[in-house]
Amino acid sequence: MLGKHALPAALLGAITLRLLFPPHARAQPSSPFAPASPEASAIAQLFLITLGIAGVIFLLVQGLLLYMVARFRARPGAGAPRPVFGYRPLEIGWTVGPALLLAGVFGLMLPLMGSDPGAADRVPSPPAEALAVTVIGHQWWWELRYPTLDVVTANELHIPVGEPVRVRLESADVIHSFWLPRLGGKLDVIPGRTNQLWLYTEAPGVYLGPCAEFCGLQHAWMLLRVIAQPRADFLAWAAQQRQPAAPPSGAAQRGQQLFLEQTCVNCHTLRGTPAQGTVGPDLTHVGSRQTLGAGVLENTPANMYRWLQDPQAVKPGSLMPTFYLSDADTAALAAYLAGLK
Amino acid sequence: MRTTEQPYAEPLPRLSSAEGLLHWVATVDHKQIGLLYLLTSLSFFLVGGFEALLLRAQLAVPGAQLLPPGVYNQLFTMHGVTMIFFVVMPALLGFANYAVPLLIGAQDVAFPRLNALSYWLFLFSGLLLHFSFLAGSAPDTGWFSYAPLTEPPFSPGANVDYWLLGLLVSSVGTIATAINLIVTVLLLRAPGMTIRRLPLFVWMTLVTGFLIIWAMPALTAALAMLLVDRYLGGHFFDPAAGGNVLLWQHLFWAFGHPEVYIMILPAMGIVSEVIPVFARKPIFGYTFVAAATLGIAFLSFMVWAHHMFAVGLGPLVNTVFGAMSMLIAIPTGIKVFNWLATMWGGALRFTTAMLFAVAFVAMFTIGGLSGVTMAVVPIDWQITDTYYIVAHLHYVLFGGSVLALFAGTYYWFPKMTGRLLSERLGHWHFWLTFAGLNLAFFPMHASGLLGMPRRIYTYAAQPGWPELNLTSTVGAGLLGVAVLVFLWNLAWSLRAGPPAGADPWDAWTLEWATSSPPPPHNFTALPPIRSRRPLWDLKHPEQRDPEHEHG
Amino acid sequence: MAEHRPSIDRHLLGMGLFISSEALFFLGLIAAYVLYRGQALAGPGAVPLDIPRTALFTGFLLASSATVQLAARRLRADDRRGCQGWLLATVLCGTVFLAGQATEYARLLHERIAPSHSLAATTFFTLTGFHGLHVLVGLLALLILLGLALAGDVTARRRSGLEAISLYWHFVDGVWVAVFSVVYLWTLL
Repeated sequence: MLGKHALPAALLGAITLRLLFPPHARAQPSSPFAPASPEASAIAQLFLITLGIAGVIFLLVQGLLLYMVARFRARPGAGAPRPVFGYRPLEIGWTVGPALLLAGVFGLMLPLMGSDPGAADRVPSPPAEALAVTVIGHQWWWELRYPTLDVVTANELHIPVGEPVRVRLESADVIHSFWLPRLGGKLDVIPGRTNQLWLYTEAPGVYLGPCAEFCGLQHAWMLLRVIAQPRADFLAWAAQQRQPAAPPSGAAQRGQQLFLEQTCVNCHTLRGTPAQGTVGPDLTHVGSRQTLGAGVLENTPANMYRWLQDPQAVKPGSLMPTFYLSDADTAALAAYLAGLK
Repeated sequence: MRTTEQPYAEPLPRLSSAEGLLHWVATVDHKQIGLLYLLTSLSFFLVGGFEALLLRAQLAVPGAQLLPPGVYNQLFTMHGVTMIFFVVMPALLGFANYAVPLLIGAQDVAFPRLNALSYWLFLFSGLLLHFSFLAGSAPDTGWFSYAPLTEPPFSPGANVDYWLLGLLVSSVGTIATAINLIVTVLLLRAPGMTIRRLPLFVWMTLVTGFLIIWAMPALTAALAMLLVDRYLGGHFFDPAAGGNVLLWQHLFWAFGHPEVYIMILPAMGIVSEVIPVFARKPIFGYTFVAAATLGIAFLSFMVWAHHMFAVGLGPLVNTVFGAMSMLIAIPTGIKVFNWLATMWGGALRFTTAMLFAVAFVAMFTIGGLSGVTMAVVPIDWQITDTYYIVAHLHYVLFGGSVLALFAGTYYWFPKMTGRLLSERLGHWHFWLTFAGLNLAFFPMHASGLLGMPRRIYTYAAQPGWPELNLTSTVGAGLLGVAVLVFLWNLAWSLRAGPPAGADPWDAWTLEWATSSPPPPHNFTALPPIRSRRPLWDLKHPEQRDPEHEHG
Repeated sequence: MAEHRPSIDRHLLGMGLFISSEALFFLGLIAAYVLYRGQALAGPGAVPLDIPRTALFTGFLLASSATVQLAARRLRADDRRGCQGWLLATVLCGTVFLAGQATEYARLLHERIAPSHSLAATTFFTLTGFHGLHVLVGLLALLILLGLALAGDVTARRRSGLEAISLYWHFVDGVWVAVFSVVYLWTLL
């Protein structure tokens, strides 16, 4: 029924959006219209069709308005227009017409409804032994646990390309929302409830996603990165992540000493050391991550220093207090953490 | 005699004298209470607008440091709460207060003293809420304040308390006004003013009254539970003790969705009065418009979970609410066609009131269309909680309700004050507003589609975000200028606007059958009421309207 | 042209609309109670209820509905003394009910069962507490009405105040029937 017009509408929409979103090899916007998964593609297509229909109605209404504004301007001396109180057939027509149109869109939506975002029926047959990740939302960072791989990390979710990954969503505190625009719809992360979705992409790359439910002071800086890698690379990454914290050398030794003596151990874990705190992110391999502070800073030695010197200046309100260490101590600590790859 | 012209010379009591001030404080006259509502909501509009300008200044460039996150979060929360509860709703109810008794040929509302109490509760609750700024802890959890962020462990300060108490107090006044208006319309109509002859603004207000009394309880119940959790150590929204945080969302949106129709129906009523008068044609399809209003009201109680499509309620729930949300688009949409058909073949006079009313149709269409895209559940999974939603809500609330409020102001100001607003300043006001609103809000569709979430105090320079945000900020600035022009128009016209007379627009409803401003008892004599346009019948006895009867 | 106007008194209509709104408020609280009932009954957090005692006090509240109805009837028959008497009876019955509620709360608080004790306690106190508040407001209204009646302001011609308040009072009783059934009687199933 709608199929005949779906293709031209989608085509028109696609051309428009291609103009708005030119394909660059690197700078693909983190947008639903740059899909990198079957689910995101299906949604984008449905969106284009719906936008196409909306666009037609928009042009019709605005066009009529502009026409009437010009054509029916009151002319001096002309009498009052003939009163018209209604015309039933027309009114019924413009009630039934939109109803049918909406029914059509509804019909197009149904196949995507299978379940919630990332439904099992929208990824190629997930095996019973699919990789499982638990994502725990915190104020204001993402904890990631791979139970079968014995990996715990933060803010970067690595997945193998071309394999469905079962993602369990839990919250440690308030409501957050898990969203990777290029990979699919969002799903809320709710305390007292476990939501689940499937993540799947065939395109390696880095996919950004903001927390998508206001969760307090630093909601703006709670960015998640999904890094899709070929299977071999993913396994290598996991193996590396399983290792205990790398032993320091040189100036970094002083850094490790500081870490273990100061209150860092109350909040952070360094595998293979006495530091087993679980309030903040696991730092065993913090040096290997792309960002610090859930996306607020790029992970460079200078930024590591900057973060450690005054986290409250970088991300005010974050739950890590500023410790007012000396410059030398801060540098040593930064060197140590930067070396934890 | 063509009109029942009632010369009435006594002006509104001046505020400058002590007895003038006392008169305004003690008044139980619906016209003056209506004016108090309008002036107070205008003041809150300036506050909320200033908050928006600060927000937009912070978001103009990525990584700006104008506002720290705590302040930003307070500002965006207060902007939403203020505009919804202390501007749009009370302004619409203020117009209803003023115009409904006049439109139905009554002397006042059913409960004048309750009416006064409602206003003072509104003012008090607004002051209570804004006092929080002085206390340094304005609400900061968003206008719909999800649990458990609002529970004591995560909001230990007084911020949420101000929000809670401010809304509780204001809800009492709102419910009282709704009851007052319903009883007034049902029982105080002049002879001949049957239900089927009600001016559409009155009809919409009547339906809105029912929406208010049946939707607000969901909010007050939720607030009561939050109150128990915060002050008595309760566990309604405490998952560790077995509470369910989603209960908050269900209750809030059970109120919140009808609330948006509470904010749009009276606005549609204003537009349904203004367009026919300045098109010189009666409204096209009165019955369908009235019936569609009932349909919207009924359906509005059945779509609340479309605010929760990303919660994970399951495919059945999502599908049902998606279907209901598409269904409600139909009666909403056909009104647009009715207004278009009213204009078709008319003799359009582009007074400022008409400019705003026609722009309402254009802007509301945009907001309505984006709303329909949101009803498509999988699409909503991508766009909910992004700037696409912010675009949508501003098109329907600013492009819709606020433009209608401006239309109502230019239309009824002469009746209220006896003077016309300047059309020259009015046109400036209009065009600056139209440009500002589109420049501010249209780009937000794009930034939402480019992945920008809402309620973030700053952002990194992702593709497109800086340019779009800067454009929005410029648009917001334009809106600020437009509001200044409007204020100037009000101030100047109150002093020096041309005298309006009883019926400056050659209109058809009863309020134009009395002096401007009307005497305290509203009418000295009423024209016979035998159709929907009593004054048209009086002025054109040879072309009388059909008599719509059975009320 | 024939015109049928409803001849309902404005105060009655207003009160009826208000009641419809408050009914939905209580529906919200009852819904939360029912939603959480699973937790409420099982486990250590359950609130110990004294059904026979509460049933007795319920009797007083229901009786007060009858007495206020009798007061209205007396007033329509222009029997002002009779009306005042039945109004007083209503106030007394209502006060007994509230006293019963207050002492039940005192007993629970003595056993360290406050709203913070458990989810069950939270929902119990909230639902019965807001009902109790509505009863208190009703009692105040009845007292004011009684005062006006004694001053001679309530007559057969000017009885819309009494009728509106008695409508409210019936509503408050109706809510209690619902609350009593859901909170107390349901535990017997």
